[in-house]
Amino acid sequence: MRIVAKSPMPGFALSAGLVLSLLSLIVLLPIGALLVRGAGMGLTDLATAISGERVRSALLLSFRSALIAAAFNLVFGVLVAWVLVRYRFPGRRLIDAAIDLPFALPTAVAGIALTALYAPNGVFGQIAAEAGLRIAYAPPGILVALVFVGLPFVVRTVQPVIAEVDREVEEASATLGASRLTTLRRVVAPVLMPAALTGFALALARGVGEYGSVIFIAGNLPMKTEIAPLLIVIRLEEFDVDGAAAIGIAMLGISFAMLLLINAVQVWSRRRIGHV
Amino acid sequence: MSDAAHLAPPRPARRFRAATEEPAFLRRALIGLVLALLAVLLFAPLVTVFGEALSQGAGAALTALAEPEAQAAIRLTLLVTALSVPLTAVFGLAAGWAIARFDFPGKAVVITLIDLPFSVSPVVAGLCLVLLFGANTTLGGWLVGQGMPVVFALPGIVLATVFVTFPFVAREILPVMVEQGRTEEEAALSLGASGWRMFFTVTLPNIRWALMYGVLLATARAMGEFGAVAVVSGKIRGVTATIPIAIEMLYNEYLTVAAFSLAGLLAVLALFTLALKTALEWRHADALSANRRA
Repeated sequence: MRIVAKSPMPGFALSAGLVLSLLSLIVLLPIGALLVRGAGMGLTDLATAISGERVRSALLLSFRSALIAAAFNLVFGVLVAWVLVRYRFPGRRLIDAAIDLPFALPTAVAGIALTALYAPNGVFGQIAAEAGLRIAYAPPGILVALVFVGLPFVVRTVQPVIAEVDREVEEASATLGASRLTTLRRVVAPVLMPAALTGFALALARGVGEYGSVIFIAGNLPMKTEIAPLLIVIRLEEFDVDGAAAIGIAMLGISFAMLLLINAVQVWSRRRIGHV
Repeated sequence: MSDAAHLAPPRPARRFRAATEEPAFLRRALIGLVLALLAVLLFAPLVTVFGEALSQGAGAALTALAEPEAQAAIRLTLLVTALSVPLTAVFGLAAGWAIARFDFPGKAVVITLIDLPFSVSPVVAGLCLVLLFGANTTLGGWLVGQGMPVVFALPGIVLATVFVTFPFVAREILPVMVEQGRTEEEAALSLGASGWRMFFTVTLPNIRWALMYGVLLATARAMGEFGAVAVVSGKIRGVTATIPIAIEMLYNEYLTVAAFSLAGLLAVLALFTLALKTALEWRHADALSANRRA
């Protein structure tokens, strides 16, 4: 019996072999090593390692900051996508290209630049300090960094959907007496929702695991502004490999939950509106 | 009442707003809001990089880039990129061919696994490599015994970089290959072309822009990767410090101009990447995956 459907195409063994061996060697084997380490520790040890005050607050801080930043990016990203697709203004294509800057700019570069801007003696930091606000070296600094790295996700997932929205449906809604606001709320928003949520989930997943752009601006005070990935690095530097592995497994669990969430959103939207 | 009102020229007809448009004042307000927020969020950090790098003149920035440690970091980053991007490209091509041209059980699982590195934190990726190849593990200990340490050495940095850039080329090629279908390749085969000849004369030309796009994204990420590399590099000055790692070390030593000069170098590369990427989107949109079309 053949496992692979008969095909006149050559090169299945070569390409599939390459894919599976590279995937195993570079991705699956290392992740397996983490899981094996966790299994070796046993559930109770894992639970103890993760439930410590410092680890818990780090995981919570990473997740909470990523959630707030992704929520901001959800609203602002949809707005940016709308303005870029629907409105015409000078420099629009340049702005459109610049949206991907956070993808192209290395996170360490973004990190030190944001810190210089928002530090108490920086351009924006000074303004905030006069208002009695502390941004860099405090929780809001983490949000600034995560908003920066997460911005393109929502814009780029929503943009193609806005471009495809059928104007005739909006016209129909208007001729039936709906105000512009009602049309946007009842006709346009439901179509954009699945893509916006996908972008939100992607930004959230990125934010939870983000390291480079955050560690410079965060201040890294244990229990206050210390994010989970940084705590992994600290544990490794202390040669506490089990401690690092436990946090790593917790983060892997969070990523896995995110993947499921993204898939669920896409399945739900496909059922609802027929495409993603 | 005088006749003046009747004699006055008629007011220009009011331009009615289309039913699918927002009022003009709202449009202007939203455009202004978006531009202002993007200026603060995106452009201010970019300007800061160059401002800080040049804060003591271009000479100081260039001197910082000429330091032996900076030079070593630049060389290491180029070497790591040159080793990891081709691996990513070969993987992408193989994945495109196997997945778009054949049906096999577990295909959906393979597609999911290809995207896996996107959802794993780079630091966790580095941690995984340390757990597999660290000097006190079975495999790592054996490799150190063979005189080939992985962690805190070049192979670890390359593996970490390949891990985080793994999906970049495959994701760009796969949708294009699925969309193009296999008819052209079947024609080449039925006309007697060998497998490799078909690949180089039919397949590769059809996907060359998508391949280039993916390689571009992978290169940009490989040169700038920080989290995964930070865990496995060991940060040995002049030996295992890539440009981003060198930026961190210089910054933590308050050598701000030196840190921002290297950052400026990476920022220039990022802008160059954006420009090339945008050019590809504008000129070869039809040859890229559907969500890349400008």
